Parts: sequence; structure tokens; C-alpha cells
Amino acid sequence: ERSNLAGVRHILLVLSGKGGVGKSTISTELALSLRHSGRKVGILDVDLCGPSIPRMFKVQDNDVHQCDSGWVPVFVDQDKSISLMSIGFLLEKPDDAVVWRGPKKNALIKQFVADVAWGDLDFLIVDTPPGTSDEHISTVEALRPYKPLGAILVTTPQAVSVGDVRRELTFCKKMGLRVLGIVENMSGFVCPHCLECTNIFSKGGGEELAKHAGVPFLGCVPLDPQLSQSLEEGRDFIQEFPKSSAFPALSHIAQQVLDGTLQQSS
Amino acid sequence: QVHQSGSGWSPVYVEENLGVMSVGFLLSSPDDAVIWRGPKKNGLIKQFLRDVDWGEIDYLIIDTPPGTSDEHLSVVQYLSAAHIDGAVIITTPQEVSLQDVRKEINFCHKVKLPIIGVVENMSGFICPKCKNESQIFPPTTGGAEKMCQNLNVSLLGKVPLDPQIGKSCDRGQSFLSEAPESPATLSYRSIIQRIQEYCDHHQCQEEKMI
Repeated sequence: ERSNLAGVRHILLVLSGKGGVGKSTISTELALSLRHSGRKVGILDVDLCGPSIPRMFKVQDNDVHQCDSGWVPVFVDQDKSISLMSIGFLLEKPDDAVVWRGPKKNALIKQFVADVAWGDLDFLIVDTPPGTSDEHISTVEALRPYKPLGAILVTTPQAVSVGDVRRELTFCKKMGLRVLGIVENMSGFVCPHCLECTNIFSKGGGEELAKHAGVPFLGCVPLDPQLSQSLEEGRDFIQEFPKSSAFPALSHIAQQVLDGTLQQSS
Repeated sequence: QVHQSGSGWSPVYVEENLGVMSVGFLLSSPDDAVIWRGPKKNGLIKQFLRDVDWGEIDYLIIDTPPGTSDEHLSVVQYLSAAHIDGAVIITTPQEVSLQDVRKEINFCHKVKLPIIGVVENMSGFICPKCKNESQIFPPTTGGAEKMCQNLNVSLLGKVPLDPQIGKSCDRGQSFLSEAPESPATLSYRSIIQRIQEYCDHHQCQEEKMI
């Protein structure tokens, strides 16, 4: 019997040691950028306590249906070029807390990895909660037979965040997960009124860490209220705001992922 | 470095009246990762709660990771015999954050943890050059204020973004001392005062009952 991941060409994980640095944002924008280069993308949201992905595509009220091979992922539009799976779709009420200990989380993650009928995808992006615990161990172990491309690590610039991402790098090493690169998110803010740039969360920590650890640096993404607004409204930031300050960096990250996969095939 | 004695683990003292305990002190390298499943995490949390010799303190603040899982359940369960005054819940203004915080509020209700109130962090940014305000994390659904109204919990305050906060934390210095005039400092102080008032008020109530 053909596995549900047999038609998925590349799997990549988005990780961080720290919460609130923008993993789900980066996962979402990466998916949108890849879609704009004509790829078919799926996002598997394994953050069971704080599932943000459905809302970022404005499909939080959708239900999940079953088919012969398992769960049918939720398509974000008629185009069917982006599909999602998240515990967010399985909750009766959106405010319901998922108060589960490790073993129950691990069981659902195994199901999520094996039982979603993704069909043919160019990329499956796996969005994770912060940390290096049950969800991460279970996800990496379940994905191992499918040889993921690797992980993108997201940090904000300041030392307190970078300090946790160093530990995430160790996690990747120990779990045999290749690091595709580090993204320094929330890196600077350009005031829309006077164009003065302020480094609200400091600057440069992510780039330094990449250098220190010998992994690629994928770029700095600035704070961009238009990006936050797009995510709130479930809009396609890449399509609608190509002149916005975060656009160049986000497109560049996607381009590097694509270049990386081309390198891999050749 | 954490020291052990007959009476348990000694907290690391930042100042005479501020002691800290964290797994961070138990790791030998800044690259060490704590790759533990739930049961092992629960074990250490139990030790932290049981074996640290705090001495006489007025407040014990427990900083938690995001979520509603092992760490949170364990802290509440292991402290059930002691008395938890309540929880302070932190959010940022946007709906993507609030939707998780509503779950956290539900978690508190489920485990009967009183909620002292909610703090809206990263609430607006005032450009140091032109002094105009930007809502970097826009409160598209009314922010913490609306959520608190809907869920009948207190909004303790809103803390604006200030680049000095991150800097102070990175340098291990007190932001409140480094930037006493910052609007963020004023916010923090007002929030802290409200938390103290809540705790004092509830302590009085309990003493009356005894």
C-alpha cells in the first residue's frame, strides 16, 4: 500500500528554540512564496497547544473529512495549490485548550504524519511548537523514513532568543536533521512615517549564530505591520504586498529553498 | 552554578533578595539541548518545586514555556497542596496570539487556577525619531482589552515595545533601573502594583477565613 507521503517530493521542518519568534509566519509565507513559483505545497501544523496555521489562511472554521487513505487536508482555495492539516481543524470550539501530556500528543503526531492524504506535493512544510520535546522528537522520528530535506531555524535577533536556537541546532545534530539555514526574524523596524530604522529586538544575532555554527544564513526579515495585518486577515501577503518591507527577504528565503532542492537533485 | 546542601538546592542569587532557579544552570554548555519527553520533564519540575531551598520569600514567580502541556499540568498538580495566588497571562495584541491565550485561560479554568489578569505585551511602538506610534502587532479583533471584557478577566496593563527592554535582558540588567522614564517602565510598574494589590487582597481574605 502506497504511503500518504509517497507523493511528497520534499519535506522541511520549521523549528525554533523559542516561542513567539515567527515560525508559523515563516511557514505560511514560505508556502505562499513557493506557491507563487508554481509549486504545490502542504503545511502540517504539529503545534497542538497553539495551532496558528488555519487562521493564517482564513480557514479556521473548516472541517476535516476522511477518505479511504485517511484525512483529507484542507485546501485554502479553489486552486488547491496549498493544503493544510492542523489540530485547529479538529477542535469543537476554537477556544478549547488541548491539555495533553506527551504520550497523547505523540499518538496524534504519528497519525498526522502517516494518515493525511496529501497526494502529490512539491513541498510539505512542517510547522512546530517552540522547544525540543515530545512533538519534535516524535515528528522527526515519524518523518525519518521519508528523508526530510532538513530544517529551517527561526530566531529573533537578540541574545536571549539566539541562546535557545543554539540548543535547537544541537537537537538537529543529535536527531540527524540537516539544517537548511537560519532566519533572523523581526530584524529591524522601519517607521512608516519617517523611515527611521529601529532595531527593536536588537540585530545580527541570527547571522552571527549561523556563522558560528557553520550553517547557511537565509536572511533578515524586518518587522512589517502589513505582514502582521495580512496574517490576521488570512491574506496572501506575497501576492498582495510585493512592495512591503518584508517581501524581499521572504521571497529570498523561498528562492534559497528552491535553489537548494535543485542542487540536491543534480 | 547551583549548589546542593542538606536543605536542598540553593537558588542562584542575582541580588540579596532575588534568587533564581532554572535548568539553564544545570547545563554545562550553551549548546546543550534538553531533549526530553514529558515524564522526564515532569521529574525535574517536581524536584525544582520540592528541593529548592528558597528560605523565606514574599513571592515565588514561576515562568513557564508556551502551551498547555506537561510543564503546566505538573506545576499546577505539584503545587496543589501549596497555595498558588494565581496566574498572570501574557499576550500580544493580535488575534493569532489571542486565540492561543483564550485556550490558556480555559486551561486555568479547567485546573482551577485563579487568573490575576492579562498583560498585553508589545502593545504599540513609538518611533524614537518622529514619535509617531505604529501598531506592529495590530489588535485587529480588539486586542487584549476586548478579549478580557468578553471573558471577564482583568486587563492588568499594556506594555509598549522598547528596544531597551531586549538590550537589558540580553545584558542581564534591570530594564526598570536602566530606563526609569520609559513608558514601558511606567507600564510595568503599574502592572506590578496591581498584581501586588491582588495578592495582598486575597491574602487578607484568606486570613479572615482562618
